[in-house]
Amino acid sequence: MKVLAILEQRQGQWQRMSFETLAAAQHFAAALGGTASAAVVGQGTAPLAAELASKQLETVYAVEHALLAQYTPDGYCLALRQLIERVQPTLVVFPHTYQVRDFLPKLAASFGQAAVSDVVGDRLGHGQLVLVRQLFQGKVNVDVRFEGDGPHFASLQAGAYRADQIAAGAATVEVFAPAIAPEQIRTHPQEPFRGSQRVVDLSAAEIIVSVGRGIKEADNLPLVQKLADVLGAELAASRPICDAGWLPMERQVGSSGQTVAPKMYLAVGISGAIQHLVGMKGSRTIVAINKDANAPIFEVADYGIVGDLFQIVPELIEAIKKVK
Amino acid sequence: MKIIVAIKQVAARDSQLRIAASGQWIDEGDLAYEINEPDAYALEAGLQLKEAHGGEVIAISAGPARVAQTIREALAKGADRAIHIEEDLSAADPLAAARLLAAALRTESPDLVLTGLQSDDLGYGQTGPILAELLGLPHATIIMQVEKSESGIRVKREMEDGWFQFVEMPVPALLSIQSGFSKLRYATLMGIKKAKTKEIRRVTAADLGVSAAPPTIAFDRVYLPERAKRTQLFEGTPKQAAAQLVEKLKFEARVI
Repeated sequence: MKVLAILEQRQGQWQRMSFETLAAAQHFAAALGGTASAAVVGQGTAPLAAELASKQLETVYAVEHALLAQYTPDGYCLALRQLIERVQPTLVVFPHTYQVRDFLPKLAASFGQAAVSDVVGDRLGHGQLVLVRQLFQGKVNVDVRFEGDGPHFASLQAGAYRADQIAAGAATVEVFAPAIAPEQIRTHPQEPFRGSQRVVDLSAAEIIVSVGRGIKEADNLPLVQKLADVLGAELAASRPICDAGWLPMERQVGSSGQTVAPKMYLAVGISGAIQHLVGMKGSRTIVAINKDANAPIFEVADYGIVGDLFQIVPELIEAIKKVK
Repeated sequence: MKIIVAIKQVAARDSQLRIAASGQWIDEGDLAYEINEPDAYALEAGLQLKEAHGGEVIAISAGPARVAQTIREALAKGADRAIHIEEDLSAADPLAAARLLAAALRTESPDLVLTGLQSDDLGYGQTGPILAELLGLPHATIIMQVEKSESGIRVKREMEDGWFQFVEMPVPALLSIQSGFSKLRYATLMGIKKAKTKEIRRVTAADLGVSAAPPTIAFDRVYLPERAKRTQLFEGTPKQAAAQLVEKLKFEARVI
């Protein structure tokens, strides 16, 4: 069986999760007794493809076309559809990036397949690959298997596989030129731009007090602000708090916000969806206050209190004042 | 502009989940349900576009009879009418769900189809782009802003690490809306009253001529994750727990 990893680059720079996907492809191929290959899509991909030639891969495909210089879902689906028809892989794996989320479901559907998106791990069951995903924002796990003939598709969550475990080797590099006509690309992207400059650099904070949905209302925020103040901490939040406009987007921690690793991260009323955890699990000491003992935040927390934050936080403020 | 918003009903956020005896899904026995929050933002985007450019907003949802409540709420917020595909899809794969939605959408020929970014239960995040493929529509996802342009629409797409991009595209098109697109509105009393008179068209998979295809992905087992229990938990009254925590933070972790 063949495993094909589709790696991501922008303007000649690797997306950092690409090598995790490469490691996963090698791991799946080894577990299932097959070979791994990799593809990089764009224009001027030769240097990136050459970099992959020193990895343990059967073939490296440089998928090249002038119309792939900038990402469009139509362009990528056309190109990858032709590549997959040519290579005939059993399994195609992708990093679970914003870009992959944009085109993978469409690509898989064009083969009559549903992708297994956002995979966090795997196991072998009866010689068959079983992928692990999360349901209900990380409260429940599910083992998923593919049915019927391939090609099968999966995207892999950041950190699920380790980029430092890539096996070295020698691979053949092959340029693959898909047929794409300009009129087949229906969306016209403009140059990407950066959003407003960040005023708050959470990555420089030694202590972060972060607040989530458990705070219930914007009017309750002064309580956690007070906790942040007595600790000399920056106030941060999970995505829903910023979505609701209760705190500015620049204070958001998680996959769509900032990644932080302070000395202490105190999560108040945050359940710990995977998108949040990836942004803070590198913190040295993690403290969680949450009413749900089964909340995934307790998977990463060093210290915790299960209970009502509105009762606990005022007591915590008093206790901190006493020792400072 | 004729806008159709696909909405999903999911278990309420603070639900205590239990695994069903079959091990294939959760026990739905006494769960409360609500609109999938990302879809509430898609609905909000649809209502704002209608207010700006005129037209019609149609809510579409697939699920069992209980979904009618979530549909009523969408009508109360301002959707003009609704389509309810009455099928139990709880753990269905995203392609199977999208095939049903696509069949219903084909009969309506909308200018814009809007979806939320992902569901809070299954979390595949695939329904939008699959619908685009099945319906032959151009699409864009993680959309923060939608404007009409000369040739169609111009949308603002969120990329990773604080980057954004404007994309021009023709209509009809499909967009998946980013959560936080805009502040969500509440239903007014008048809206709730009016909703009672609005049309909900109920259809089944058979009505839509969609027969069940064999699934391409399937659940082996649904289970509660085994937590790596390394958290030191402090118990007692809030005061006692807080005091123990602060002591550990000061003398063991040495962070305060």
